[in-house]
Amino acid sequence: MPNITYVEFDGTAHQVEVPVGHSVMQGAVENNIPGIDADCGGECACATCHVYVEESWLPQCGTPGEQERSMLGFAATAAPNSRLSCQIRVTEALDGLVVRMPEAQH
Amino acid sequence: MNAPVNLNHAEIAATTPLDKLDVSDPALFRDDVWHPYFARLRREAPVHYCRESMFGPYWSITTYKDIVQAELLHKVFSSESSLGGISIRDRPKDLRLPMFIAMDPPQHDEQRKAVQPIVAPGNLAKLEHLIRERACRILDSLPRNETFNWVDRVSIELTVQMLATLFDFPQEDRRKLSYWSDCATALPMPGGLIENEQQREAVFAEMLQYFLGLWNARVNAEPGNDLISMLAHAPATRHMSPREFMGNLVLLIVGGNDTTRNSISGGVLFLNQNPEEYAKLRADPALVESMVPEIIRYQTPIAHMRRTAIADVEFGGQTIREGDKVVMWYISGNRDETAIEEPDRFIIDRKRPRQHLSFGFGIHRCVGNRLAEMQLKILWEEILKRFERIEMVGPEKRVYSTFIHGITELPVRIPG
Repeated sequence: MPNITYVEFDGTAHQVEVPVGHSVMQGAVENNIPGIDADCGGECACATCHVYVEESWLPQCGTPGEQERSMLGFAATAAPNSRLSCQIRVTEALDGLVVRMPEAQH
Repeated sequence: MNAPVNLNHAEIAATTPLDKLDVSDPALFRDDVWHPYFARLRREAPVHYCRESMFGPYWSITTYKDIVQAELLHKVFSSESSLGGISIRDRPKDLRLPMFIAMDPPQHDEQRKAVQPIVAPGNLAKLEHLIRERACRILDSLPRNETFNWVDRVSIELTVQMLATLFDFPQEDRRKLSYWSDCATALPMPGGLIENEQQREAVFAEMLQYFLGLWNARVNAEPGNDLISMLAHAPATRHMSPREFMGNLVLLIVGGNDTTRNSISGGVLFLNQNPEEYAKLRADPALVESMVPEIIRYQTPIAHMRRTAIADVEFGGQTIREGDKVVMWYISGNRDETAIEEPDRFIIDRKRPRQHLSFGFGIHRCVGNRLAEMQLKILWEEILKRFERIEMVGPEKRVYSTFIHGITELPVRIPG
């Protein structure tokens, strides 16, 4: 199973295995990793699973769709490497992925 | 609790022909008897057309999943104020107010972004101390062994002080804000707060006049950290027409106080209705964290949001036609047993308490959601430090509205 590292805003890192086909958001929620709220449960309808993807991993994570871009547009702390983690599907190619959490989820 | 005792709502809900079922009657919410009507719609007609109501014909969307999907279809389900905006009740065409919640992209996005910094994490952190100080002061001033209205003394007082801060509005005039808010959402009726639309327009004009004074002072000053200054300086809003300014004021005033007000009141009500949960909370005050979103779900301070279809669309097995009014009933989706476990129970330690519809979803999701949660959290932390219990000593009174799901009177007593 691919390994994914979630880094909390305070620097605490959590490395967990996430099954292929799950979303990066699910990987955090299923492992009780704090910092990802996922209020809408993965529908791309809020922006509370916001993460920053390490630059080198951005291409493997695909391109955000229109709905994701508009939701990210309202996230207070969005940056060019921002993604909604519910929209990143885990594949073998994402083994080793590192994502960082923002200060807060809105 | 105010319901006439001779009406059996479970029976009426079960026996009314499905096509005659009208869930928009404000009395259902004032009397707190809406539950069986929505339960039937969710079960038998989750996307339902009502031909006749006091608000005209409308579609109801009542399940959690369908509501989330409808929220995402903002290209078909418009929020545009000139089409009727976001509430089931159409104001007269010439009086409809533009405001960013009642706009579609791209204008919605641009204006919303102008005020968004008010709830950025850094700003929320700054407000936290102030909220705590005020909550303490309000709670310390409450009488002991004496009946008083919790809504007025605590719910309105705390939220209106906060709103005045967000606007950098003179604190001594803060009750004007709750008055304008109530006037904005009141259903016009004889003897009511607002008797007709002309009277409401007069109140809005007075509100605009007051805020124009603030605007004029801020537009010529350095950009500040309050909502008026943000609006006066952001490129998307600095050239707003007076009616657009008026509309956005109504939005920020109602959104910024009435909703949290009713969740503050709701919390006291629910804990009194569920003494075992109140005991759980007293035993473990850390449960405030998960109780706050549960209060917001259980109260659902905005009962619905409305959209208008701008094209024909197949939705939930029904054909919704261009021009049709579509109502997403948050109050129903939040009680959907297929999405939330034991939804009719108030449980302060739910596993995923933030999974609820009260803030809406999609591009119009509540801007102030985290600020609302923070106010409730701080208030309850301070309540638990002070009072063993807040006892309800009489029935609550509720707002006569299909839109605002609110409480106007909550007689309580704090044993001392």
